[in-house]
Amino acid sequence: MASAYSKGVAAIFLTEEQILLAARKTREMGFKKFESISPYPIHGMEEACGIKRSWIPYVTFVAGLSGLSFALWFTWWTSAVNWPLNIGGKPFFSLPAFIPIMFELTVLFAALSSVGTLFYVCGIPKINPPIIDPDLTCHKFAIFIPTNDVGYDEKKVMDMFKALGASDIKKAEF
Amino acid sequence: MMQRNELVVGHKTLKDITEDIVRPVENFPSKGWLGLFLSAKSLFLFYIITIAIVVGTGIGLLGVNHPVGWGTMIVTFVFWIGIGHAGTLISAILFLFRQKWRTSVARTAEAMTVFAVMTAGLFPLLHTGRPWFDYWLFPYPNQRGPLWVNFRSPLLWDVFAVSTYATVSMVFWYVGMVPDFATIRDRAKNRIRQLLYGALSLGWRGTARNWSHYEIVYMILAGLSAPLVLSVHTIVSFDFAVSNLPGWHTTIFPPYFVAGAIFSGFGMVVTLMTLVRIGFPQFKDYITIDHMEVMNKIIMMTGMMVGYAYASEFFIAWYSGNPYERYAFINRALGPYAWSYWTMISCNVLIPQLFWVKAIRRSIPIMFIVSIFVNIGMWFERFVITVTSLHRDFLPANWGLYAWSYYDAAILAGSFGMFLTLFLLYLRLFPAISIAEIKPVMNVGKGGGHHG
Repeated sequence: MASAYSKGVAAIFLTEEQILLAARKTREMGFKKFESISPYPIHGMEEACGIKRSWIPYVTFVAGLSGLSFALWFTWWTSAVNWPLNIGGKPFFSLPAFIPIMFELTVLFAALSSVGTLFYVCGIPKINPPIIDPDLTCHKFAIFIPTNDVGYDEKKVMDMFKALGASDIKKAEF
Repeated sequence: MMQRNELVVGHKTLKDITEDIVRPVENFPSKGWLGLFLSAKSLFLFYIITIAIVVGTGIGLLGVNHPVGWGTMIVTFVFWIGIGHAGTLISAILFLFRQKWRTSVARTAEAMTVFAVMTAGLFPLLHTGRPWFDYWLFPYPNQRGPLWVNFRSPLLWDVFAVSTYATVSMVFWYVGMVPDFATIRDRAKNRIRQLLYGALSLGWRGTARNWSHYEIVYMILAGLSAPLVLSVHTIVSFDFAVSNLPGWHTTIFPPYFVAGAIFSGFGMVVTLMTLVRIGFPQFKDYITIDHMEVMNKIIMMTGMMVGYAYASEFFIAWYSGNPYERYAFINRALGPYAWSYWTMISCNVLIPQLFWVKAIRRSIPIMFIVSIFVNIGMWFERFVITVTSLHRDFLPANWGLYAWSYYDAAILAGSFGMFLTLFLLYLRLFPAISIAEIKPVMNVGKGGGHHG
């Protein structure tokens, strides 16, 4: 399991302003694979880290459309093809009556697929992943640069973190 | 420009927020909680026994019979489903409208949704009378043809609506809690707690990339839940409105049911929040009196909306010129069930008018009492709709009364036992305020200053 994680250097910061600045600086230094870790989503962090807008909404759209088409096909096939039953003289294919089912399945497929995709892209569930500092889910922030990142040089990285005012710098696995 | 009030009062650091919120999870329960839990749990056990007797003997133990074939179970089903709606309104619709105050009440309101839907979901299943055949409600390949379900029936739409609603609400709630479970995991001193919350947190670590996807998915789920919640009570109202029965066959039902659901749900949110504030005093800094006031305003507004719907129904009954329709409504207000009609009007339309007065909107004891009346009133609304419409229809041969039995009372009371047991367990086991969501809004209304 350990091979799934990479070794590198982590710097701990104590405020939101510092971590934003540090993330921006790290990106400007040319690092690509670094991670910025925070207890809550920080406004402006995507720009600072150069993260593109999530593509999950496309998955939601396609999944929603599949749910809609599946429901349309299924209500039609069961009610008009596989075993048509005359119920109150209504048409076998009663489209208006099938709309609630189509709506519900659209929502169900879209919601579950979005969450499934979120789990997939975030690589969760993970069993017992290494954490740099337990306070990172409470009140501290961190930047982690793995050793295999572009232009990684331990001394350079340490110096940069020091200059940014990191409260703690350590070798870590993440 | 209008000055916003502070969303989080007291000068809190990030660490204070975490500690305040996880305290109930990490500490031994108070005597008050234990007392409430033991009572709720006893009521829940009583409920389980009642259900066992009703299922074992038959649905005839309840007052349902000809002509009133839908009784306590359906009334209470609609009641609990309605309660759930406020939770989704707070967590999803107010989120989309960027109402930052919703942050501190969203988690608990959504827990209320999940538990209310669980409580509600049992009733139609039990009301079938043979719950062991309930899987027939779903279309599945079977050896009888296959014989499929009737997709033209509102009752089947309801199966899909309620099960989708239950699933999506639970997923939304759980996704919201993942980062907070990680917080509890990282703070855990004892091994069992660390393992348990570690598993629940799914190994969440809060990297910027993860947060970026997470926030988008959270917004998508809010966006999907918003029309979903409206569809659920719309479809519940179709159960009634699609029939030909005077008193049910009205086009106003979908918006009227949704407004009523939000009204009753906010009533329950206020009831629960006043209690949570008493039980966990540190939450008063997050669920402030301003939050309670806003919710009371919504109660008053939705109360007037249902009041308008009641009046509109009467007007349309008269304007339709249909004698059966007219009779159904005159009978509602003056017939054998007039007491339930006027209970409903007093609790839902008259009593919330107290909230015009600011001092009352901000008084915890008064809002608690008003919210209880709202809960009672909204149960009676469903009773009025279901029972008074059924008990007298076109032919006097179909006239009768609902034979309320002790089992009806036991089922109704017991359902509160189930709901409260789940809710009390939630308060102790899960972070009752979203830790990761409250931190970004902690400085709202603090005049631009910041502190770390």
